[in-house]
Amino acid sequence: MRIARSLAVALVFAWSATIWSTKSFAERQAETQPPPFGVGRAPTPAELHEIDIDVLPDGRGLPAGGSTAATGKDVYARRCVTCHGPTGVEGPQDVLVGGRGSLASAVGGRPVKTVGSYWPYATTLWDYVRRAMPFDHPGTLTTDEVYGATAYVLFLNGIVAEQDVMNETTLPRVKMPNRDSFVPDPRPDVPAHKPEPQKKK
Amino acid sequence: MQPDDQTPGSLPRSTRFTPESLPGSTTFTAESLLTSTTSTSDSPLSRSRSRRWFLGLGTAWGAALAACAKTPPAEPSALGAPVSAYGSRARFERANRFFNQNTKVPLEEAASRTPLRDTYGIITPSSLHFERHHSGVPEIDPSKHTLTIHGLVDRPLVITVDELKKLPSRSRIHFLECSGNGSSEWRGAGEPDAQRAHGLTSCSEWTGVSLALLLKECGLRPEGTWILAEGADPCHMSRSLPIEKALNDVMVVYGQNGEPLRPEQGYPIRLLVPGWEGNVNVKWLRRVKVLDQPAMTRDETSKYTDLMPDGTARQFTFRMEAKSLITRPSGGDTLPGAGLYELTGLAWSGQGAIAHVDVTLDGGGTWTRAELQTPVLPVAHTRFRLSWRWDGREAIIASRCTDETGYVQPTLAELVAVRGVHSNYHNNSIQLWKVGADGKVTNANRA
Repeated sequence: MRIARSLAVALVFAWSATIWSTKSFAERQAETQPPPFGVGRAPTPAELHEIDIDVLPDGRGLPAGGSTAATGKDVYARRCVTCHGPTGVEGPQDVLVGGRGSLASAVGGRPVKTVGSYWPYATTLWDYVRRAMPFDHPGTLTTDEVYGATAYVLFLNGIVAEQDVMNETTLPRVKMPNRDSFVPDPRPDVPAHKPEPQKKK
Repeated sequence: MQPDDQTPGSLPRSTRFTPESLPGSTTFTAESLLTSTTSTSDSPLSRSRSRRWFLGLGTAWGAALAACAKTPPAEPSALGAPVSAYGSRARFERANRFFNQNTKVPLEEAASRTPLRDTYGIITPSSLHFERHHSGVPEIDPSKHTLTIHGLVDRPLVITVDELKKLPSRSRIHFLECSGNGSSEWRGAGEPDAQRAHGLTSCSEWTGVSLALLLKECGLRPEGTWILAEGADPCHMSRSLPIEKALNDVMVVYGQNGEPLRPEQGYPIRLLVPGWEGNVNVKWLRRVKVLDQPAMTRDETSKYTDLMPDGTARQFTFRMEAKSLITRPSGGDTLPGAGLYELTGLAWSGQGAIAHVDVTLDGGGTWTRAELQTPVLPVAHTRFRLSWRWDGREAIIASRCTDETGYVQPTLAELVAVRGVHSNYHNNSIQLWKVGADGKVTNANRA
């Protein structure tokens, strides 16, 4: 009897714990911690749509649309060529093409950091072209023009084919040549100058 | 030395320009300027010569003194200017930010550098704070500007600048340094002076609101592990930061040195990320999005990553490690002759307070502890000083700082041994200046 009662109590506890845990951390926080100052207002969906422009490596944030290098060549010629040159290597601004295999010092010479040789994610190229290019008129390319220019620069680097359609599904799947060459910050890295271990009192 | 010795910038009332008393066209006597730091009676120098060096050999003073010589008297007998609504510096002063106009880089995405040699104390005047823009300085009406915080939060919010100013505020004095500062020096002496080599650091008092407070206001969700901060500049410069830092000491600031941020510094609001590379201190802040991963923006992948000799690149190298340099005398100065000088410079660390600064006058053979100007603040420029009796022979001078974590500023050779010469960012190595027998000071960095 006593055992049964204990069991029942335990069950009730377990049940209430389950209820508790189905609420999200945030919900619990919202219940227990109302916004301390109550400033601001909720953004409207339209406002968020306007401002929420970032694109993540897994493709989140990429809008529907698409284009190919064959089509993007025209966008490049109209909006990119003045700064980046006919084939992406001439400049005068950032070199976009080439440089593969030039990064390690043992190779000798200057490393040439381009989209093809250095950039780890194709989505970054899309995001950057959309938000910051062309330099003198950032944010003026249409979605499909951004897909086209991105596809063309990837094509010039030999990463995609001329007829490959770059869209919200295919672009995140593009594996950039230098994707696996980024490492976390290991500093302090100069042996003689690392902090001395803190003595515990 | 007195712990609170006299600042050269604060001219005492007795200071007078006297056109006859000094050689050449430069004329100045400043009796009391020298008394606290220089004993002129035992100086082998003529007093005027040592003063001339002390008061600065830069173009600013030269121009000022030349201007004075033409427009006597120094003590005006007529009435001066009336009160004015907003002050400006004396017309004799010429210290400016330096930027290279003969470059293919458009000036809207260029950098301008703080004249470190010609600033006093630890605060950089807002007008001389270094700049680095990516699509120019936008003109933003603060009454129309908002900060949107959204993503992995329960209550996405749009907050006006006025609302921000109603929240509990705090003021902190912090340096802000571009991680590209010193990038000219990886192969040895690259730039001729302190401003061009190291002028991408400045220090201000910043006033604003804790980002942690704002994230709490929005109901931060536990799956939020990174934030993306984005500017309202035309290119919408953006960077990701780990949530631990965002909840620690990051601020959304609207004040700089007692007044609103300058447009070049992010007016009306910017992110201030103490001790981390300048680029993450996003200016003209319009949006903070809470994410479950870094966004891998252009400026945290193709830029601001440190290429190593093996071809790998370090990413998210946020912290600015301890660094110092002697700012006077420094490259471009000419010492008029042997005798007593005050060496001074700046030290700072993104890891905390400066513990001590050592100065070498013999190329690293021996080191002498410099005096630190108090208060010594964490993650702030720290002024150091040391008296030096120069014997007139060639000398290599340098400073080396240690921060409160025990981290010691490395030599260039030590950095290069680990990182090679292509990592571009985060060169915090010891800056060597050569004082020639002719008194000329030049950059003596060597790989």
